[in-house]
Amino acid sequence: MHAPGPRPKKRLLRLKLNNRWREDAVADQELLVDYLRETAQLTGVKIGCDGGECGACTVVVDGEAVPSCITLVARCEGRHIETIESLATQGRLSRLQRAFHEKLGTQCGFCTPGMIMAAEALLRRNPAPAENEIRAALSGNLCRCTGYVKIIESVQAAAGQTHDD
Amino acid sequence: MMTDLITHGRLSRPGVPLIDGIEKVTGRARYTADLDHADALIARILRSPVSHAEILKLDVSKARALDGVVAVITGDDCPFTYGVLPVAMNEYPMARGRVRYRGEPIAAVAAADAETAERAINLIELELHQLPAYYSSEEARAPGATLLHDNKPGNLEREVHHEFGNWQEGFATADLVREEKFSCAEVNHAQIEPHACLVEYDPITGRLTAQSVSQVGYYLHLMLARCLEMDSSRIRVVKPFVGGGFGARVEVLNFEIITALLARAATGKVFMQLSREETFLTHRARPQTDMTLRIGMRRDGKITACACEVVQRGGAYAGYGIVTILYAGALLQGLYDIPAIKYSGYRVYTNLPPCGAMRGHGSVDTRHAFECLLDRMARDLGLDPFAVRRANLLHAPTRTLNDLMVNSYGLEECLERVERASGWRDRIGKLPAGKGLGMACSHYVSGAAKPIHWTGEPHAVVSLRLDFDGGITALTGAADIGQGSSTMVAISVTETLGVALDRVRVIAADSAVTPKDNGAYSSRITFMVGNAAIDAAKKLKSILVEAAARKLEARPDDIEVVGEVFRIGSGQQASLPFADVVKAALVDRGTITVSGTFTCPPESQGGRHKGGAVGSTMGFSYAAQVVEVSIDDATGAVTVDKVWTALDCGHAINPLAVEGQIQGSVWMGMGQAICEETCYFDGLPGHASFLEYRMPTIAESPPIDVQIVESHDPFGPFGAKEASEGALAGFPPALVNAIANAINIDLDELPVTPDRIIDALIQRRRQARLASTRKVPS
Repeated sequence: MHAPGPRPKKRLLRLKLNNRWREDAVADQELLVDYLRETAQLTGVKIGCDGGECGACTVVVDGEAVPSCITLVARCEGRHIETIESLATQGRLSRLQRAFHEKLGTQCGFCTPGMIMAAEALLRRNPAPAENEIRAALSGNLCRCTGYVKIIESVQAAAGQTHDD
Repeated sequence: MMTDLITHGRLSRPGVPLIDGIEKVTGRARYTADLDHADALIARILRSPVSHAEILKLDVSKARALDGVVAVITGDDCPFTYGVLPVAMNEYPMARGRVRYRGEPIAAVAAADAETAERAINLIELELHQLPAYYSSEEARAPGATLLHDNKPGNLEREVHHEFGNWQEGFATADLVREEKFSCAEVNHAQIEPHACLVEYDPITGRLTAQSVSQVGYYLHLMLARCLEMDSSRIRVVKPFVGGGFGARVEVLNFEIITALLARAATGKVFMQLSREETFLTHRARPQTDMTLRIGMRRDGKITACACEVVQRGGAYAGYGIVTILYAGALLQGLYDIPAIKYSGYRVYTNLPPCGAMRGHGSVDTRHAFECLLDRMARDLGLDPFAVRRANLLHAPTRTLNDLMVNSYGLEECLERVERASGWRDRIGKLPAGKGLGMACSHYVSGAAKPIHWTGEPHAVVSLRLDFDGGITALTGAADIGQGSSTMVAISVTETLGVALDRVRVIAADSAVTPKDNGAYSSRITFMVGNAAIDAAKKLKSILVEAAARKLEARPDDIEVVGEVFRIGSGQQASLPFADVVKAALVDRGTITVSGTFTCPPESQGGRHKGGAVGSTMGFSYAAQVVEVSIDDATGAVTVDKVWTALDCGHAINPLAVEGQIQGSVWMGMGQAICEETCYFDGLPGHASFLEYRMPTIAESPPIDVQIVESHDPFGPFGAKEASEGALAGFPPALVNAIANAINIDLDELPVTPDRIIDALIQRRRQARLASTRKVPS
């Protein structure tokens, strides 16, 4: 019904996504979040804002927490992208997923994938973070449900330093 | 799954993780934007570039001619108003002839892709004749102001005047009467999920399926039938996972109806996702509010009378406005024993996005004013803030002056708990300079006892289905939007039946499958749907017990159910496992389906005065909180160090979820108190992103200590009441009272931003200087 528009300039991109290499043709201006949600169908990556405001789209790129909504996928050549979908392996939740579930670090759940991926990057570089380090690492991830109390408790529990009173 | 050692809110029993929590932490949960829409057309909206204008010309022919555009619609395509109150629907999905706020939808496009849809929007030709626009209640109410709606003189949507008791005498007998003005900024729900919906229309069968972010699928269903002139039996409304609501999605929203109109015009599937900016523009949140409050008090702290005037800047259309302005007055009552009350409320039309319901609907700003003034009067009289509250407690069961039922009342215990937990008595007045403690109380309804669409049906219906597989399916129309309502239904059913939690599957909010429900608003679900779930489970249990009795050749009364085993009394020899009981129960009758209901009786539905149904409920939650704050008097920076909260939720069906709800609501109150504020420049939102609409981040959010108080409501499910809204309204006044305690400055405006604090400090210094220069000549 609709004639195709001018062919956008695309390049063949190779990257590792959740431990598997893949190749896709991507446009120069394509955002990582759109690549993940539309091309790779990984809808655990969320869009909560108009760009770089909320952290719901956070993924781990070569070990660093990155907002995928302000990252060009073309910049990810040869890199390893990890999303929330990669964390549960062999039928088991990851330590952060389990803690967020059991300690109610998630309510509506919309910020949760990004929050968990930001916490995942933190725990990899700092396995026993102090509370202020958790706060600093997650300060780019907005949550409107929890007041953050149980998010901090969840990360602490996952890091094995829970303080139940 | 959880260790028994983890307890919540100081209760000795643990909570249960959300039954849909695994989907959320694994990213498997599908929200509306995650639904497969690969074959859907993409929708975009043309919005008004000005605040108030007549539409002189609207020409969509170029847009329609663009290759790839499938449908273009305007106000001409829908001559029906929509809204939440049957008596106040004055809004069209797309403007017809006149626009009344900047951002109001005028036309919409469905196209093969987003780029084409956006190009088509830019091809629509629009000519407008601008009219005077008003951005404050005062301007809109001024004599001679142009009317937004011709039938609303003075630009007043609703004026309320209520008087209860002899307030003149109350003020006359007071030892202290004090009047103050307060103002609270407009705030927004700012749920993290942007608005979205996916609608499919099949022209061959004439059926329409809408999947949307709604908190009340039933309202959406009604409005789709109305605006599309469709038989409602041809419509199906499904709620996917919803990323928060807080009241934003109770009313049907314009983009939902627009998407449905587009789907029908395009005879197919249309996907609409609003940007964050558009999500802010859609608004429907808490209005900017001006209050004048007068309280009369005896020397011992007993309140003798209260007079309150409230002006709400409502925005361009009616929305929930009438209910909000009634709530603001009605919920002055129900917390304390006040012998006389005079209330005047004014809901004003302005050329701004329409306001609506937001967590603590209508009660938050007036509660703020009340608790601030109460504290100031306590100080005038040399009384402790706790003592003043204790001098005015209610005694349940009772009815308020405006005929609201108070059936259980745990406020006294809430006060004791936070007083002790915060170390109030040892610490008040002894903190270092710049630090302060403040406290306040609050309450909220557990569901409106009289729903907006009063049909005579029960307030809630829950169905249970049990089949050969031994699985129990609970069907409820109640929308789980993250608050854990489906988990609450599962617990209510399993506790009643005596079966394992994972035996129950909850299917929620799909009109083709689940019973109608009035939805997620006014904190109604636990109280109403919980009671209906218990009722249904009791019916199912009696069927199972009868079957077990037949099988065991005993009388039903002798059957005991413990941990999925049906047995005769204490007899060990005669018992049946659940699977055998199910087999016995299915003989002859097959699949078992039962329905349970809950109805609020007429005596709970409020007074006979006009608007008397608003505020009526079967059970109020009660909360007290203490806030500790530090103020930097050089920068005006406010740091909330810690919060202690106690909330009477009657009975915590799921202590883990109750604690999470209380923390979330206290924190949301904190946002309104210290930083959240919408602002407009000539009607253009200056806050329509998360960078400009400042919510507290994890870096500045304090520890929130929660104490759950259980007053065991006589009508609540297992004695439960609401837990999600009651604590919110206490935070802002507790903070402002804490600031007064810290730096001796009374602030009358929210939010308490650093510039407001600095202004107040400068003003105080100037006054001190003036006072000292005046002294010199004398």
